[in-house]
Amino acid sequence: MSAGAASSSASGSGNDALLIDGVWKFYGEYPALRDVGFRIAHGSCVALLGRNGAGKTTLLKILAGLSTPSKGRVLVDGADVRAQATRAKIGVLGHGIGVYDELSAFENLRLFADLYGVPNPKKVAMEWLERTGLERVKDGLVREFSRGMRQRLAVARTFLHSPSVMLFDEPFTALDDRAIAVLQSLLKDANAAGRTIVMSTHQIREAMELATHVALIGRGELIYSGGRTQQMLDDPGWLYRTYGESS
Amino acid sequence: MRDKIFYGLSAATALLLIRNLYMIFMVLPDELNQGAAYRIFYFHVPSAMLGMSGIGIALIFSVLYLITKDFRWDSIAAGITEVSMVFCTMFLVTGSLWGRIAWGVWWAWDPRLTSALVLWLIGSGYLMLRRAIDEPTTRARLSAVLSIFGSVNSYIVWKSIEWYRTQHPQPVLSIRNGGGMAPGMEATMYWNLLALVMLGVLLVMIHMRQETMSRDVEALRRYAHAL
Amino acid sequence: MKEFARQVWAITGKDLRSEMRTKEAINASLAFAVVILLLFSFAFDQSSDEMKTMAGGLLWMVFAFAGTLVLNRSFVREVPNDCLDAILASPISGAALFLGKAIGNFVLLMIIEMACLPIFSVFYDVRLTAQPGWLAAVMLLATWALVVIGTMFSALTVNMRLRELMLPTLVYPMMIPALTAAIQLTTVLISGEPIGENMIWFRLLAAFDIIFTALAVTFVDTVLQG
Repeated sequence: MSAGAASSSASGSGNDALLIDGVWKFYGEYPALRDVGFRIAHGSCVALLGRNGAGKTTLLKILAGLSTPSKGRVLVDGADVRAQATRAKIGVLGHGIGVYDELSAFENLRLFADLYGVPNPKKVAMEWLERTGLERVKDGLVREFSRGMRQRLAVARTFLHSPSVMLFDEPFTALDDRAIAVLQSLLKDANAAGRTIVMSTHQIREAMELATHVALIGRGELIYSGGRTQQMLDDPGWLYRTYGESS
Repeated sequence: MRDKIFYGLSAATALLLIRNLYMIFMVLPDELNQGAAYRIFYFHVPSAMLGMSGIGIALIFSVLYLITKDFRWDSIAAGITEVSMVFCTMFLVTGSLWGRIAWGVWWAWDPRLTSALVLWLIGSGYLMLRRAIDEPTTRARLSAVLSIFGSVNSYIVWKSIEWYRTQHPQPVLSIRNGGGMAPGMEATMYWNLLALVMLGVLLVMIHMRQETMSRDVEALRRYAHAL
Repeated sequence: MKEFARQVWAITGKDLRSEMRTKEAINASLAFAVVILLLFSFAFDQSSDEMKTMAGGLLWMVFAFAGTLVLNRSFVREVPNDCLDAILASPISGAALFLGKAIGNFVLLMIIEMACLPIFSVFYDVRLTAQPGWLAAVMLLATWALVVIGTMFSALTVNMRLRELMLPTLVYPMMIPALTAAIQLTTVLISGEPIGENMIWFRLLAAFDIIFTALAVTFVDTVLQG
């Protein structure tokens, strides 16, 4: 209910990892996002919460540079997110796994390593196959993989270029337990290494464990934004009850 | 204010068209070689001019939309394209009728008719694209790009068909005999061109109003779903 | 610049590798081309002289129809698994993505055309070796024209629900100038006559290629990003 646009605690000098400034997104005359603005400091892990249709995916697409805001701007580390050089710093894992069925696991990772300009692409691709436990099927075609294997490959794709900002749209949805464990450990390591993470999710419990900050979106507006408190960790449903609209 | 302009223009257009029709059917004499049927020329030629130039004019507004993202430019571009499609159709139909009477065939591959047919196909592609996209911003964006491609291509199409027909000559529908028309005829043709331009402007204005309403309805639908 | 080339090459490689593994589009396209060639041979009397004047037109219609089967799939292959989003989120520019795909399509179309030529030559008793250099030039320029239009419109329609219906309607009228030029030149070359005054068609093809490649590279970002 309250339109708290409080910014997350700033740590570190220089630019914020992400600066979202007065972002509106219109579909025709309909505002899907209304004057959304907040800052995300380096090393934060932000849980982006909200009902379906609130605008989380729309916001994440804008943060990833996949969609242009109708008004306002998004800066990643001080630079416009739409610039090519900036996108090299961002890793994105959306609803789809973003890997090609007709290519092998290795070929997929090699492709993205090339696109992201990673030095030693072959080596890096192999490394990430090992880290996600896929080295034995490196030449297998993705269309023959089990669901869990595909998800792990998607995670490898997201991490392989060592992005400083990582965006996840409902990453835990429909993951099997092995994949969840892999992802959680990778996220913890990434955050510990100073990477910034923004994660939209309905799995509030997992999110609250990892998150340092929380942002709640409702009907296109930023309803609440601030640090993750102990109360939120103990009672994950508290935020929705206090700030959420009915239901 | 806008309504006043609209009704004023409608009245003027109606009067001008009535005056022209009177001139065309009552006053002017039959043409030397082609008899009474040539009168179709007074609609055939202006509709060619309007039909073929429309897509080029729409280009300007499509580019303006992409730069400013203001929906009014998109509405105008769409309106101009749709109206010029009407005139293009008129050109093709009158051309077909005139050809039937003048040469006994329903269709002739003369350069202007052929170009008009290709432009008609490009224009109908544009209209189909707009029909197929519900979301206004995407629709405006994609149809603007299509309009740019179609418009640039229209010039190339025109040139290429002209060259082709130069190499493979066909008869040409015209009433210019050795480079001139009787003075009364030329004047009336330009008066009718003016009348059709005014009619075109009216139709574009109506279309713009429709586009605005369609966007409002789309927004209301989304609001309703969000509740 | 080097990065651009690497990105283009990565996309071309990915598309070609993916296509060669499944061979779906290329097989369908080749089969379609052979069937049309066969059907047309029933429709027309090859022995007549008229056949010589129509041969060029026939050949390019086959290339256009069979080619669009390949071109239509161009961006559609990015849709499963949301791969298009993954690609667009990367530092690749729209221009590099477009060129990578266009070059891949060009290779596929040239393969299909090279396979069709001997079949065409045999079915219709046409000598293609009269002026091979010129003929090759026509094929390269005209094929690139088809590829540019087809790839661009594949990008434009990638997210549309009526994509399959829209693509032919949009693409064929746009290809008409290039096809007209290709048909003119091919007919002249096959009949053994010198190019002469038909050089104008070469210039048209070159201009078409340059203009539409420039337009495509400029606007592909606009159509792909919402």
